[in-house]
Amino acid sequence: MKTRIRYMLAASLAASLLAGCGEQPQVAKYEDGKYSGKADTRPWEAGAFKGDKGAWEQAMRNRVRGQNEYKRVE
Amino acid sequence: MARMKFLCDAERCIECNGCVTACKNEHEVPWGVNRRRVVTINDGVPGERSMSVACMHCSDAPCIAVCPTNVIYQTEEGVVLHDKDGCIGCGYCFYACPFGAPQFPNGPAAFGARGKMDKCTFCAGGPEENGSQAEFDKYGRNRLAEGKLPLCAEMCSTKALLAGDATELSDIFRERVLRRGKGVEAWGWMTAYGKDKEEAK
Repeated sequence: MKTRIRYMLAASLAASLLAGCGEQPQVAKYEDGKYSGKADTRPWEAGAFKGDKGAWEQAMRNRVRGQNEYKRVE
Repeated sequence: MARMKFLCDAERCIECNGCVTACKNEHEVPWGVNRRRVVTINDGVPGERSMSVACMHCSDAPCIAVCPTNVIYQTEEGVVLHDKDGCIGCGYCFYACPFGAPQFPNGPAAFGARGKMDKCTFCAGGPEENGSQAEFDKYGRNRLAEGKLPLCAEMCSTKALLAGDATELSDIFRERVLRRGKGVEAWGWMTAYGKDKEEAK
């Protein structure tokens, strides 16, 4: 009986000592959230451009270039 | 497609706060919220620099990553917007943002009075019908849908604040820097006072 207890104690001690060897990665795994709000209309889809993406892009390009005063004074 | 960005030229900004006023007026921004602010470094010291700051519409926006209800999104043009209907006013985005862009109305109060988060929309409205009254009430005017750029940049008197496609803005800025040179030759001190900074002290 005594030997059995000794064996059990030795086994549990060995198990607790070896527990550190089985270390698992503890870095949190980030999961990308998925947008769960309302769907948005794109800028060219309503209003002045009526779905004409090319016209909208051209309008934006003109506005951006309008910010360059070196070009404006040429 | 374009990747929309703001670019503020610190050599040109004169701290007039015109961009702040234009934004407040255009979107009828709630009391206690400033979607755009002008930050000045070394205020009152010769050589001070000012910079107009709002949401930078980050490519990898931390506010999107931390939003527990996932109501912040990025449009095809790279504009970071949010759905106010799903906002629970937790303030995580406020802590995550390095620029203090997300703000809460009815402040100042301890930790803000919360309510629905409000931020710069790059004048692109939000997830409501473009140009509708509902969109204006929640997010302000949708100038992008009208083919216009954000008003803060378009009305900037010195054109310090630029807005639009990042590559086009880089071209404008590059040309500007090449023409004006650097250091004391730069647009700013020499143009305004005509003498060296050290002499003026």
